[in-house]
Amino acid sequence: MSAPSVPRERVRRRRDDTRLALAFILPATIGLVVFYFWPLLRGIWLSFTSWDLLSPAQFVGLENYRAMVADPVFWNAVRVTLLYVVINIGLQTVVALVIAVLMQRLSRSTLLRSLVLAPYLVSNVVAALVFLWILDFQLGIGNQVLEWIGLERIGFFTSEAWAIPTIAVVNVWRHMGYTALLIFAGLQAIPPTTYEAARVDGASEVRTFFGITLPLLRPILGLVLIISVIGSFQVFDSVAVTTNGGPVDASRVLQLYIYDKAFAQFDFGYASALSVAMLLILVVVTFFQYRVTRAGQTDLN
Amino acid sequence: MHHARRTTASLAAAVAAGTLAVAGCAGPGTAAADDSVVLDYWLWDANQLPAYQRCADEFERQNPDLQVRISQYGWGDYWRKLTAGFVAGAGPDVFTDHLTQYPGFAERGLLLDLNTLEATADTDYAEFQEGLSDLWVGQDGAQYGMPKDFDTVALFYDTNVIAEAGLSPEDLEGLDWNPEDGGSFEELIAHLTVDENGVRGDEEGFDPDNVAVYGLASNGSGGTAGQTTWSWLAGATGWKFTDADVWGTEYQFDDPRVQDSLAWLFGLVEKGYMAPYEEVGTEPNPQQALGSGRAAISANGSWMLGTYANLEGVDLGIASLPSGPVGHPVSMYNGLADSISAQSPDPEEAARWVEFLGSDDCQRLVGEAGVVLPARPAGTEAAIEAFGERGLDVSVFTDMVEKQQTMFHPVTEEYGAIDAVMTPIMDEIYIGDRDVSTLTEVNEQINGLLE
Repeated sequence: MSAPSVPRERVRRRRDDTRLALAFILPATIGLVVFYFWPLLRGIWLSFTSWDLLSPAQFVGLENYRAMVADPVFWNAVRVTLLYVVINIGLQTVVALVIAVLMQRLSRSTLLRSLVLAPYLVSNVVAALVFLWILDFQLGIGNQVLEWIGLERIGFFTSEAWAIPTIAVVNVWRHMGYTALLIFAGLQAIPPTTYEAARVDGASEVRTFFGITLPLLRPILGLVLIISVIGSFQVFDSVAVTTNGGPVDASRVLQLYIYDKAFAQFDFGYASALSVAMLLILVVVTFFQYRVTRAGQTDLN
Repeated sequence: MHHARRTTASLAAAVAAGTLAVAGCAGPGTAAADDSVVLDYWLWDANQLPAYQRCADEFERQNPDLQVRISQYGWGDYWRKLTAGFVAGAGPDVFTDHLTQYPGFAERGLLLDLNTLEATADTDYAEFQEGLSDLWVGQDGAQYGMPKDFDTVALFYDTNVIAEAGLSPEDLEGLDWNPEDGGSFEELIAHLTVDENGVRGDEEGFDPDNVAVYGLASNGSGGTAGQTTWSWLAGATGWKFTDADVWGTEYQFDDPRVQDSLAWLFGLVEKGYMAPYEEVGTEPNPQQALGSGRAAISANGSWMLGTYANLEGVDLGIASLPSGPVGHPVSMYNGLADSISAQSPDPEEAARWVEFLGSDDCQRLVGEAGVVLPARPAGTEAAIEAFGERGLDVSVFTDMVEKQQTMFHPVTEEYGAIDAVMTPIMDEIYIGDRDVSTLTEVNEQINGLLE
């Protein structure tokens, strides 16, 4: 019995596709394994060791984790980082949403869109240093202005109460345009017909926002939140160049503490344990965010 | 000394610390085409680079078979780059070393004992300024560094500001201080402090909340060593950092003498005689405060001489630190040295370069540049002369050493970890959120790190 020729060809073609697909996937897979999975596994392994970079790593079991749970600086870093994330993300999301909606409803000028994105083109370090000077207690124009209008000078980067809020707001300024653009892209996906229908029904602008824009934007907003929260948890450079964790420990965020432990004290084992803790926090936060915002589903059907 | 300052550039490079190892791939001691050995030498102070380049030129002239390649990296990058270099086996052959760093390197077997190398084995360390070489003797008795320079602390001021206050430079001599009422030193600081209304700190109606000129410039909280901030106060009470000059095993921050000294210094903030933490932050700049007339007197180290001398519009004067309860002033006495990496493929050649760095020939060249005070008396003399030509009398700094009115920078194990604990705590004391008596518990904690 001779088999028909068509299926045989199909089989051959499928086999060809697999090879081609593997060839395409290979570079990315190598990159993922070499630059993500291997460092991740090695980092987790190092968190069970005592390693100072210069002598061989020694296995110490859970010692680093035991020390971490009892380390007040670690818990302070968790608290400070959370405070930063809440201020930063809370403010940034609201501001970016407002900008995006204004861009969609009022003006679609490309020039305006570019201008909104401008702060994002400035590097984190430069933005932080510029604000460090603007808000300097003695010389900064920010404090001069406060004095002119009859207020007290504020140690924006040099007082414990202000350090984190100041850095959070500086980063809102830098990131809001980018976030607004992401949200704006989500707004474009909402069919104009729904707005027309709302207008026909006589819904006000505010009612439209809460009744149409916000619910239909949810998946995009969810993804934007997940990305920006992860980024926010990893704040480092703007803290390092302005307060370096101070005053005292007021702005010693997790990443800075990890960096201090690793590169200033060469305690790579403990720093790895801190990194694993941060990874766990991010996994949990991201999981809940994903579930709460149902970012994987859309209501547009 | 040479406080760690983070700059944008240094930080950006630091973030890339992981990749730094790659940058140094050239490797140390690579044989050049003409078979001469190339020695890599690292230092961090850009101001000293020209002087050491002259040393290297002279060394190469005397030793045609050797070449010295000098690299300079800012303080922030320096140690990370050095560590990365050690990890990758691509560090320098010889490098400028610091007291806070070398114990960690020595402990890990990364430095060579100069006594085991031919060129440096016969060095007579008594020829250096007294005591300097002791700082570089490890717990195992090995000599890990060849002294290159030293520094002490004194008071910098602007003669014009002193004159405006109706005083003369003589009034700044022979001051005394104690932690209870601050002595004549506090009286001076009070008099030099001026509020927004022009009322002086020792006059009726002085407003400590609106000060125009602070009597004493703030140099931050000083961290563990308080080199230019409080070590000279605590030292003048007879207090010592640890239970031994070097390699102490117990810190003594539980001593009321250091606690009272700190309480006095940071108590000046409330009195209005020194700027609050809020104003100076993590990057204090006392030289700028002096230059802009924001502060009248600034205690700082001899390595800052050039910077203060270059302040525009300031007629610089230098006075000795006030004497304390021990009956004389006490300055921290610290010095840098050159160390040889255990990874150097040409240790004997490296030792010849180190021997030259520690010779009168090289140290005189460094002294003539008038940047630092070299460790050999001949070099020190040359520096005194060079500074003198610029109208600066630096005898205040050298007198302290001659009269042995000094204390060493702490040299202990685990300094990095201890400093990470102490710095935020000292900041907290400066801010006013922590009582000095809590240092007793902190002392237990850091001594725990030393066990």
